[in-house]
Amino acid sequence: MNVEFLFFLETVLNGLMAGVMYALVALGFALIFKASGIFNFAQGVMALFAALTLVGLQTGQVPFAHLINAIFGTEVHHFGWELPAIIAIAGTLVVMVAFAYLFEGLVLKHLVNQEPIILFMATIGLAYFLEGFGDLMWGADIKPMDVGIPSGGSFWWEDVTREWAPEGSDYFGMYVDKLDVVAAIVAVVLVSALVAFSQYTKFGRALRAVADDHQAALSVGISLRTIWVVVWSIAGFVALVAGIMWGAKSGVQFSLSLIALKALPVLILGGFTSIPGAIVGGLIIGVGEKLAELYIGPLVGGAIENWFAYVVALMFLLFRPQGLFGERIIERI
Amino acid sequence: MADAAIATETAEPLLEVNNIEVIYNHVILVLKGVSLSVPRGGIVALLGANGAGKTTTLKAISNLLHAERGEVTKGNIQFEGERVESLSPNELVRRGCIQVMEGRHCFGHLTVEENLLTGAFTRREGGAAIKDDLELVYSYFPRLKERRNSQAGYTSGGEQQMTAIGRALMSKPKMILLDEPSMGLAPQLVEEIFEIVKQLNEEQGVSILLAEQNTNIALRYAQHGYILESGRVVLDGEGKALRENEDVKEFYLGVGGEGRRSFRNVKHYKRRKRWLS
Repeated sequence: MNVEFLFFLETVLNGLMAGVMYALVALGFALIFKASGIFNFAQGVMALFAALTLVGLQTGQVPFAHLINAIFGTEVHHFGWELPAIIAIAGTLVVMVAFAYLFEGLVLKHLVNQEPIILFMATIGLAYFLEGFGDLMWGADIKPMDVGIPSGGSFWWEDVTREWAPEGSDYFGMYVDKLDVVAAIVAVVLVSALVAFSQYTKFGRALRAVADDHQAALSVGISLRTIWVVVWSIAGFVALVAGIMWGAKSGVQFSLSLIALKALPVLILGGFTSIPGAIVGGLIIGVGEKLAELYIGPLVGGAIENWFAYVVALMFLLFRPQGLFGERIIERI
Repeated sequence: MADAAIATETAEPLLEVNNIEVIYNHVILVLKGVSLSVPRGGIVALLGANGAGKTTTLKAISNLLHAERGEVTKGNIQFEGERVESLSPNELVRRGCIQVMEGRHCFGHLTVEENLLTGAFTRREGGAAIKDDLELVYSYFPRLKERRNSQAGYTSGGEQQMTAIGRALMSKPKMILLDEPSMGLAPQLVEEIFEIVKQLNEEQGVSILLAEQNTNIALRYAQHGYILESGRVVLDGEGKALRENEDVKEFYLGVGGEGRRSFRNVKHYKRRKRWLS
């Protein structure tokens, strides 16, 4: 194989990996949108909040330390213990479920039967609240996350691929981050679990029923409130997974909430209501971005990566507004 | 049939609606005092033109009004002697009172079988009992069995109506509130569906409260009928008696009595129950 082609392969591979990371965020959006028709603007912030909570619990940070210190003049910041990653993750999960429960009780319950735009506005409010709340609770500094996921380039893969290059070339082998590989595996497991849940369990079925026709769901005795708590808990769980992956990759910082914007084109591509669509959409965006940067970038002076996804999304809106895997709109006359 | 009639007269009614008033959005008065009762094992029809308040009455009973900003402001509704106002719709379904909504409202993206299974959401028994009931529903609606794996959104209107009734049946109801089952269906199909409803009533002991515009067919199957007009019960009586009533014939069955009469000459029926009675 010539070096040119290997370089292309490497770009595709890294694009796929980046795509998986986008897909993880897009998944959370798709879940909530499918079940309740709400575009949850706060999904990115939920990922941030989950990551903050996870790091906070793991390192034994005192929540609201700044607030407590300011009011009581104390100097607390850490409890002085560290939790194993597994326990911290479980704790964060409990927090995310509690969050779902509270959000349903305090906000969604009062907005039953309102226009989708009003619910959307509520999620914008939630995004800003949660960002501020996360700041207040855990502090605004950038924190490293270490939950034991291997990271750094894989030397094994580098060695393997170096062999593929023709004799005498100065090709060093492909770079693949181990973290990205883990993320890909996690994404596959997560999606399989979610699909199995929504296809084969009673709650999954109820969830899809609510998505189709919430009045009818109400009439057959499906409690919308229970379903909403379930959906937001699952979205919280997905946010936690995304938060862990992104946090481990680039540190837990507030710009994490902006990855939500990258999920938008992924959703338009894959279809807002499709779980597999979120994954495939993410992969296409990831690969497309990297390839465009490599081949078209030099022609226009680079930085294509930043806007390429949105252009692709725009094309899709023109020609296939329901996305690749979006549910066909069934209409009988 | 005769035995059933005697039993219903003595036993307390399964459902009793006493003089309810319903207001939408805090201002629009839709029901102005509706009373009715459904005996155990009976089929009762609620008749009237568009906008008379049939659907609202049914939704008041199944407690689905809240989701549409409606509210029962006066009167009360009792299902098995218990006030329904404090029960959530899912609690009511669990206790055996389920509504089949107007216009079918199947879950379009779910298969027919999945639609049926959602009806069992409130049940806590294991999968075996639910599977048995699924077979029971298929025995009443063999057509659904053939189409069990098609998405409900792609099935015909009649199949959707069957799916909706079958779905309600999966909750093991004591009573089904059936809203306008004939809507948009061919007469032959309407006949078929009513025949199955009657079978369900006789074989499974499910009581039926039926809201229909198609007075003719409804009164053939119902033992008792109530006629609603702009939010009030203007007339009620046994199905047979109503069918032979001259005014009903003229206005609802479209078979005029002797000569053409003007609306003005029609005697007004008093509401049977007055406010605060």
